[in-house]
Amino acid sequence: MRIEGKSALVTGAGRGLGAALAAELAARGARVVLISRSREPLEQVASSIRRAGGQAFAIAADVADKEAVCGIAGSAAALAGPIDILVHNASELGPTPLRLLLDTDCEDLARVLEANLVGPFRLTKAIAGAMALRGGGLVLGITSDAALEPYPRWGAYGVSKAALEHLLRIWGAELAETGVRFLSVDPGEMNTRMYHDAIPGADPSTLRDPADVARAIADLVERAEELPSGARVAASITAGAGVPA
Amino acid sequence: MKPATAPRGEPLDERLLLVDPCGERLDDARVRDLEELLRPGDLVVVNDAATLPASLPATSPAGRAVELRLVSMVEEDLWWGVLFGEGDWRTPTEHRLPPEPMAPGERLHFGAGEGATVVEASPISPRLLSLRFDARGEELWSLLYRRGRPIQYSYLDRGLALWDVQSAFASRPWAVEPPSAGRPLRWSLLLALQRRGIAFATVTHAAGLSSTGDPVLDAALPLPERFDVPQATVDAVTFARRHGRRVVAVGTTVVRALESAARPDGVLRAGSGTTDLKLGPGFRPRVVNGLLTGLHEPGTSHFQLLRAFAEADLLERAWQHAEEHGYLAHEFGDSSLVLCS
Repeated sequence: MRIEGKSALVTGAGRGLGAALAAELAARGARVVLISRSREPLEQVASSIRRAGGQAFAIAADVADKEAVCGIAGSAAALAGPIDILVHNASELGPTPLRLLLDTDCEDLARVLEANLVGPFRLTKAIAGAMALRGGGLVLGITSDAALEPYPRWGAYGVSKAALEHLLRIWGAELAETGVRFLSVDPGEMNTRMYHDAIPGADPSTLRDPADVARAIADLVERAEELPSGARVAASITAGAGVPA
Repeated sequence: MKPATAPRGEPLDERLLLVDPCGERLDDARVRDLEELLRPGDLVVVNDAATLPASLPATSPAGRAVELRLVSMVEEDLWWGVLFGEGDWRTPTEHRLPPEPMAPGERLHFGAGEGATVVEASPISPRLLSLRFDARGEELWSLLYRRGRPIQYSYLDRGLALWDVQSAFASRPWAVEPPSAGRPLRWSLLLALQRRGIAFATVTHAAGLSSTGDPVLDAALPLPERFDVPQATVDAVTFARRHGRRVVAVGTTVVRALESAARPDGVLRAGSGTTDLKLGPGFRPRVVNGLLTGLHEPGTSHFQLLRAFAEADLLERAWQHAEEHGYLAHEFGDSSLVLCS
């Protein structure tokens, strides 16, 4: 999908991969709506995108809050136009240090599912119908290898990402005839606050730069039509993006 | 006719009255029967406007609780709205207390330092005001969604959430009341229709207030409404008409948008505009062949619009039939399809 001239919505855009991806989409000519719970980092990201000549709108809201979802979808479409690219990037790890499932509180599992699975379901429900009637659009979920591998202590997060991938796979099947496409993208291990929260003391030099990953994901967006809808893909960083694959 | 007092279970099971202006026939059906009633090649045009939380509780200059119902956006931070005195949707609009008159320059407060300044009162009614909000852009949208509630009327039995009033294909939030004809259209039905070769297209039309309870204002409804017809819809309509296929509007707002965007010779133009087109008897639709809509009482502006598609006698019989057979009215009520079979 050509990014230039499109409207994109990125959740969790206040820092890390979400901020980098919002900046990358804006640099490629999209009008970008940034969503995050805390206003300040979000405003900073939006300002830096605008300073670089991009179009950015910042909405402070919690994607895990059912009552906020119609407002997120409505404000985004009002400000940037009907949404063409929806990126579910906001994620919740649950309490850190990460815990074994037997040590995980029921409420903590529910909270992680609410943020990483139910939130994306609601937001997609509020946005993808209009995409389908217009005959196109892309819904992208940021996932993790924790969705595939049963890493001990990554239970709540891993389960939520596995479910998110399957949600997007089923959505891809249901809307196969409409032109709306769904993808799960595994960004790999990145130098972000979330990664350091999960693995304190990780060596940053072994981790990918979110800006490089954002470029790789934007490349995927641009060739989304070549990928089967619902597919799980890795954001492989090419030599051109600065880091050897 | 009794109103539907709340959202009901499965919209596909709701009733659908078939009104055939050619055969002058009435038949009972269900919404799910649309799958068979529409024909391959038909073009169905829906209004993809999302519904705003257009009812804003506010405080008047004298410190009284008032309600502002947004009517339409003029510029990003400049809106028309109708002011109501104390109370809320539970009181029938015609019994609502009138608000104190507001003069240009006076302020409405929404709390937490947020407010709007009256720019002018409409010559139609002193209750119809244009207001400039302090906030604009993201801040204004955030204010509307944080403070606003869906506009609703006293026949409903509970307060509505925004989820209750959005269609399954809602996009830009232009409507201040739900474009309700599209409400029963589930995706299972839309996909089944698509598989049968029925095509879809969209317009965005800022559905306005249906009633204010103020006789002077109500006589002026519908007020001018914003619409947008995308090029893809123009192409789809042009193709359908060239091949003698039917164009079916979902809702009176779609009829108004398409007929307003059409030139006198019936050629449709893409783009945005504002329409004060009032359809009625004698208006010959240039684009639309028929419509899916609610059930409209003789004498209302919606009923008048239907007279562009069917004789008053048939529409009056339709209303009577629906009433006798227990159909339900209003935005969560049953539907009718006014279309030659």
